[in-house]
Formats: sequence, C-alpha cells, structure tokens
Amino acid sequence: MRSVAPIVIVVAVLAAVPLVVQSNVTLNFLGVALMIALAGQGWNILGGYGGQYSFGHAAFFGTGAYVTAILQMRYGVNAWPAFALGILGGALVGAVVGALSFRSGLRGSYFALVTLAFAEVLRIVASVAPITGAGVGTLVKLDLRVAALQFESRAIFYWVILALVAVALVVTHLIERSRFGAWLVAVRENEDAAMALGVNATAVKLAAMVISAAITAAAGCFYTQYFLFVDSGIAYGTWMSIEALLVPIIGGVGTLFGPLLGALVVRVLGEAALLVTGGAPGLDLVVFGCVLVLVIGFSPRGLMGGAADIVTWLRKRGARRPAGEAGHG
Amino acid sequence: MLSPIILTTAVLNGLLTGAVYALVALGLTLIYGVLHIINFAHGALLTAAMFAAYFAFKTLGLDPYVAAFLLAPVFFVFGYALQRFVIGPNSHGDDRNMLLVTLGLAVVIENALLFTFSADTRTIDVPYAFQTIDLGFTFLAVPRLVGFVAVFVVALALWLIMSLTDIGRAIRAVAKEKLGAELAGIDVAHVYAVTFGLGTACVAIAACLLIPSYYVNPTAGNAFVLVAFTIVVLGGMGSVPGALIGGLVIGVVESLSGLFLGESLGQIGIFLIFIAALLVKPRGLFGARA
Amino acid sequence: MAEPLLDVENVTRRFGGLVAVDKVTLAAPQGRITALIGPNGAGKTTLFSMISGFLKPSGGAIRFRGDDITGEPPHRLARRGIARTFQIVQPFAGLSVRDNIRVGAHLRHRARDDAGRVAEEVSREVGLAAMLDRPADTLTIAGRKRLELARALATAPKLLLLDEVLAGLNPSEIREIVPVIRALRDRGITIVMIEHVMQAVMSLAEHVFVLAEGRIIAQGAPAQVAADPAVIEAYLGHGAAARLGAGASDGR
Repeated sequence: MRSVAPIVIVVAVLAAVPLVVQSNVTLNFLGVALMIALAGQGWNILGGYGGQYSFGHAAFFGTGAYVTAILQMRYGVNAWPAFALGILGGALVGAVVGALSFRSGLRGSYFALVTLAFAEVLRIVASVAPITGAGVGTLVKLDLRVAALQFESRAIFYWVILALVAVALVVTHLIERSRFGAWLVAVRENEDAAMALGVNATAVKLAAMVISAAITAAAGCFYTQYFLFVDSGIAYGTWMSIEALLVPIIGGVGTLFGPLLGALVVRVLGEAALLVTGGAPGLDLVVFGCVLVLVIGFSPRGLMGGAADIVTWLRKRGARRPAGEAGHG
Repeated sequence: MLSPIILTTAVLNGLLTGAVYALVALGLTLIYGVLHIINFAHGALLTAAMFAAYFAFKTLGLDPYVAAFLLAPVFFVFGYALQRFVIGPNSHGDDRNMLLVTLGLAVVIENALLFTFSADTRTIDVPYAFQTIDLGFTFLAVPRLVGFVAVFVVALALWLIMSLTDIGRAIRAVAKEKLGAELAGIDVAHVYAVTFGLGTACVAIAACLLIPSYYVNPTAGNAFVLVAFTIVVLGGMGSVPGALIGGLVIGVVESLSGLFLGESLGQIGIFLIFIAALLVKPRGLFGARA
Repeated sequence: MAEPLLDVENVTRRFGGLVAVDKVTLAAPQGRITALIGPNGAGKTTLFSMISGFLKPSGGAIRFRGDDITGEPPHRLARRGIARTFQIVQPFAGLSVRDNIRVGAHLRHRARDDAGRVAEEVSREVGLAAMLDRPADTLTIAGRKRLELARALATAPKLLLLDEVLAGLNPSEIREIVPVIRALRDRGITIVMIEHVMQAVMSLAEHVFVLAEGRIIAQGAPAQVAADPAVIEAYLGHGAAARLGAGASDGR
C-alpha cells in the first residue's frame, strides 16, 4: 500500500464508534480488543515481518504494566511520564533478550524457548519481589483525572487505546515501505541469502525486537491505567504471550491490519465461549487453541491471507471464462 | 546446616527426582531427535497423564504402578493419533507451523483439563506413600526409589526397541536421513507418529511414577516440562544418554539449590541454567546440531 | 600483472579431523574471469564460503583489494563489494522478483524508489524484466538462477562469486546465460566461478584453478589445465591419464 489512506479510514471509522454506541459493556469489550490488538501489533513486527516467533511476549507487556504501576505508586511519578517510561522499560527488556538471543545465533524453536524462559523468570521474580508487591500485586490508586491518565468515561479510554493502535499502524506502515522493512522481510525469508546481500541480520532482528517490545509494552501500560491492578500472573502469565501471537496469526501474519482483525475475532470467540459456559474458566482458551491449530492447518496466512487467496481465485475464474478453454496462462 | 548427612540426603533425593525428570526429558528428546521439533505440548500431555493416573486410582482402584501398564499403551495411541491426524497434517511440513500447532495443542489440552476438572489441587493416598527405606545414615522414600529403578527399566526397553525391532530401525533411519528413508520406502508419517507415541508413553509412565508423591492440577505438568526442556538442551537435543545424565544432574542441582535458596528461587536457578545453556552451547553437552 | 583483486593465501579449513581445504593459495586478477574446478567434494564451496564470510578459515589469510578480510562476516564483505550466488538457489520465496532484487539494491540505495529503479535495470541485464511482478517461487530453475545473479548484481559488486550458476540448466539455457556473464566481465566486474559445465569453463574462463581433495593440483589457461595428467587423474581416477595417452596432443 502506497498511502496512509486506508489507515486513516479504518481509524476514523473506529473512532466514530463511541459516538454511536453508548453501552459501557460494548465499549469495554472493544477497548480490551484494541489493547490485545496493540500487543499483537508488537508481536507482528518481530514475528510476522521478521519471522522470529516469540513465545514470551508477556515479558514486555508485563514490564510495561509493572513499571507504569510501580513508578506511580512507589515513586510518585505522574501517570503520563510513567506510561512513557513503561514503554521504555519494555523496550529495554526487549533489547536485552534480543541481544542475548540473536548474538548467540538462536533461531526457530530455540528462540521460542528462550523467550518463554525469560517470561517465566520475570513471572517468578515478580511473584516474590517486594517491589512488585509479590504475590499480592500492585494496586493503582483510583484518581479520575486527566493528569492521572484515568477517566470516568469508557469512551475516552477507548480513544486513548485507539490512538496507540493508530500510532502502531503508522509505524508498521513506515516499516513496510522502508529499507529496514525490506531487510527485515528478507531475513525472515532466508537469513543467509539476506546476509550475502549486505543485510546485518543480527542488527536488523535486534531493532525489530526493540520496536516490537515497545509496542507490546504500551499495551501493558494501558492495562495498568485501565484496570488499576497488576500481579505477576496478569503481567507475565502465558495468557498474554499466547494472545499476542494468536491475534496476528489468525488475522494474518505480516500484514498491517492482521492483528486488528485477529483481535476482534478472538474477542468475539472468547465472549461467546464465556456466554456458553457461564464463565467457567478454560473454555475460551480451549477455543483459542483449536482456532490456532485450524488456522495453521487451513489458512496459515490468517484471515487476510485467506481473503487474498479467495480474491485471487475469483480473479482467475473471471479471467478464464471469456477465454473459454483450459490450459491458458 | 551443611552437615554431610543433609547434603548427601539432598543429593540422593536429587538423583531420585532427577530420574523422573530424565524420563520426561527422554520423551522430549526422542521426539526432537526424529521429528526435529520441540514438542510444546509435552507438559500438557504429562498433566493429562497425571489426571488419568489420578482417576485410574480413584475410580478403578488401580495402584499407579499397575496403572502404568494400562496408561502407557493408551497414551501411546493418543500420541500416535495426535501426530498422525492433528500435528502432521496441519503443519504442512513447516517447522514454524509445527511450533504453533504444538503450542495450540498445549493450550487446548491444559485448558480442557481446567474446564473439566477445575483448578483444584488433588492428591492420592497410597499406603506406601510415606514408607521409607532406612540406609543407616538417612531415609529414602520408597515411591521415589521405585521410580528411579523404573526409569532405567524404561530406558532399557526403549533401547531394545530401537536396536532390535524393525520399527526401531526405521525410526533411526528417519532420524538420520529422512529423505533417504522415504526413498527406501519407509512410511515417514507412520514413523513420526510412532515416535510421538513413544514420547507420550514415556510421559504417561512418568506421570504414574510421580503421582504417589506429587499433587495434580491443570498446570502441574508445566513445572516438569520446563525442567525437561532444560535437560534436553543441556544434554543435547536428540541424545538419549544426554537426557538421562542431564536429568540426574538437574535433579541434584535443584535439590541443592532448594536447600540453599528455598523453593521458588530454586526454580529460577533452573531457568537461568536453561537460558545460559541455550545462549552458550545450544548443542548441549552431548549435542546434536542446533 | 596488477595486484590481484582477490588474494587467497594458504587458506585451510578443518572440520574436526577432516581437512576440507588444505593450504590453498590462489589469486583472481581484476577484471578477469577465473574458474575454480575439481571433482565433487574437493572443497570448492567450502572455499567460497570462507571467501564470502560464511565460514572462518582455520588458517591462512584472504585479502581483497589489499585489505585483510579474513573472517569478516558476509554483510560487511557485501558492503566492500563481494557478492555471491548460492549453489542451491535461495530465493526470497514469498516475495516478488522485483522485491527480491530490491533487497540487494538497498545495500547502496536507501530510498525504496531508487532501489526499485536499480532492480528494474538489473532485471533487464539478466533478462528477467518480464517477470518482475511474479512471485519468486513461480520461476523455473533457469529463472531462479538469473534471479540469484540479479540479486547479487544489484549490490554493485566488484567481485562476483558464482557457485555453479549453470548447474541444472539445459544446453540452450546455458547458451543464453554465458553471454550475460561475459557482459558482466566486460563492464568491469571480476568473476570467480565454480563450475562443472566444462564447455562454459573453456569459453568463459581466462584462468583456471583445479582443486582436488582440498588442494590445488593445477592452474593455468583452460586448455593447458584440461591436458594436465594430474587433472585427468583427479576426475577419472588413478591411472586414467596413462590409459588415455596422457596430454591429448590433438589440442582438445
């Protein structure tokens, strides 16, 4: 895509939603969906465009969440800089994990394993460290002022997360059109061939990791402001690592709008599962797991990929009919 | 605190626990050695097997050591079916896809257990659970001793299968050179499924060995499996002796660090070793290629 | 003769107990086509991998335009002006032909449009202009070989390492691509090629090195090397030279 027009249109449409929909339940649902989409957009940069599958993106989400909460509650830092520092913190963790992993030449399953391990280490540390409140977690004081980045109206929270998603969309778009993006995709397709063409694969992967971590961390910072409570299971638990990867894979890895689409689908399925079972834990994740397996099995490029395939198939059928005979083209 | 008796006991207990870790790791390394994938569903399968052993005791009155003879073949078939009909077909032969499919399976199995049985922790009471053997200077728990011996029996059985049977030879052929094996007429999909089944059977036996002394809940398997990952990376992906020796070593390390650092930090020790092992020497001590 | 562009001096590579490349010394003069031939398993690709930075030599030194480049990583060598193709073609399968070549062009051009323009020029040079918007994985073997070449060319190399670029092509495809390679030499690119297709080696190469069991066993002009008994033995086995009446005197 050459221009930002599609992004502007999608964001504008989404921004108009609270003007039409008044129900808090719906706004809450959509707000959380956008938060998960944001986390997925982060994963998508490293996993979708870069081809490095992280199974521990919760490490960045949780760091963003905790840093934002702890800076406000223990150090009296204002919510807005705390938010920014949360993003920075997540980026830093990304830099460390990336530097360690990529300099050791870890790829594929090994990389997935090491990211999983890092997230687990953080979870265990957070569950016992005094600064995070250990097992009890950290509660952020209710303070409904703009200065404290808390709002009474769900609509405003919705617009905040939408703004973050829009930024992530623009960042992704810029990457897609840049030299860095071309190099990143080349590394994904064939790392050795890319290196032979002058691409510093390690540096490219590391940069992608840092950007990816920062975006997912932003989702974590938002979580803290929205729910006002974070503990080690919420911050670093596997649920976020799974949702961060599930969402782009279902929507379409390596596509701009994939994570958004995937987040919507996942949230709808999740709510449907909860309705059916009346809130019993576990069924929604069972559904997610099944969807993951089915998507990989039947449409590995996700919904956007599947849609593109259908369009191509329709075009081919349309072109063949006038020609009237087989074996053409 | 550091008396030789306490240390020795810790080491001995570490060896006993380590043996069961080794059995779990054995299944994992077998699957990696042949299919070249890291089976992310391994932990969930262990948990499922532990639940199966639990219910075999509660509803059928089967002693876990007896149940092992029933559950091993049952889980073999389950593992076979999973690889043949779910993982294989949905992965389209791509490693990255296989990662995701096994992850998806792990999520499904673990949460299906959560949904069905809730998060409650359960234990079983067997009469010999607290029996010990008196070594003079210390006591060792009988269930753990039985477990230790059983692991070596299973390892021996696996070795016999690999060396003496046709399917064992086929598995070794596919592990070494898949394309050549295929051209020689070996049904690779079948071999893959058998291997996955064997790995799952290992996990089922490990579950039966664990259940007299441990609790069961939907996330129980995860703790063991992350340890198993560590062992497999340390001992070398695809190396059976590496898994056995690595398991014993890790068991001892965990026991000693639990002694000095306490429960939860002991867990971190394992992870840090894991990360260090991946970063420094992904091929492991007995390594196959990374 | 001017100082060679590429200077390989006593380079050795060991894999555990196996010596794959044994104190090899060779030089590629600037602006010429140099061929590296030898039976399978002689160590040719290992040598290429060391020159292009994918493997570190166990011993010896490699110099490029006078600078010591031993052990430098591939991406830095590409920046210096060394490009290579792979024996087993490695296209960026999910991308179009244009995007494939563009990756190479980006080495010298930051902007997407500039890189795109270079990609188009290069595609014309190798004859892929008609395929620019096709997905790379729909190309035939011959097309993929041209793509390998195009990608490497897009990096504006001074030295081009071609690893069996003619392998898998039928005679007419070979006939089409040989002039392309010659044209590259004519516009100043130094070429070192590993090749098994002897007719191409004879017609393209100005200087030939023969590698067998990790060692250089002969070097010189193509015709000279073809008649060398040691070379005949390496390819056809011990005693073959004598059986063939060594040193074909009819100038084959």
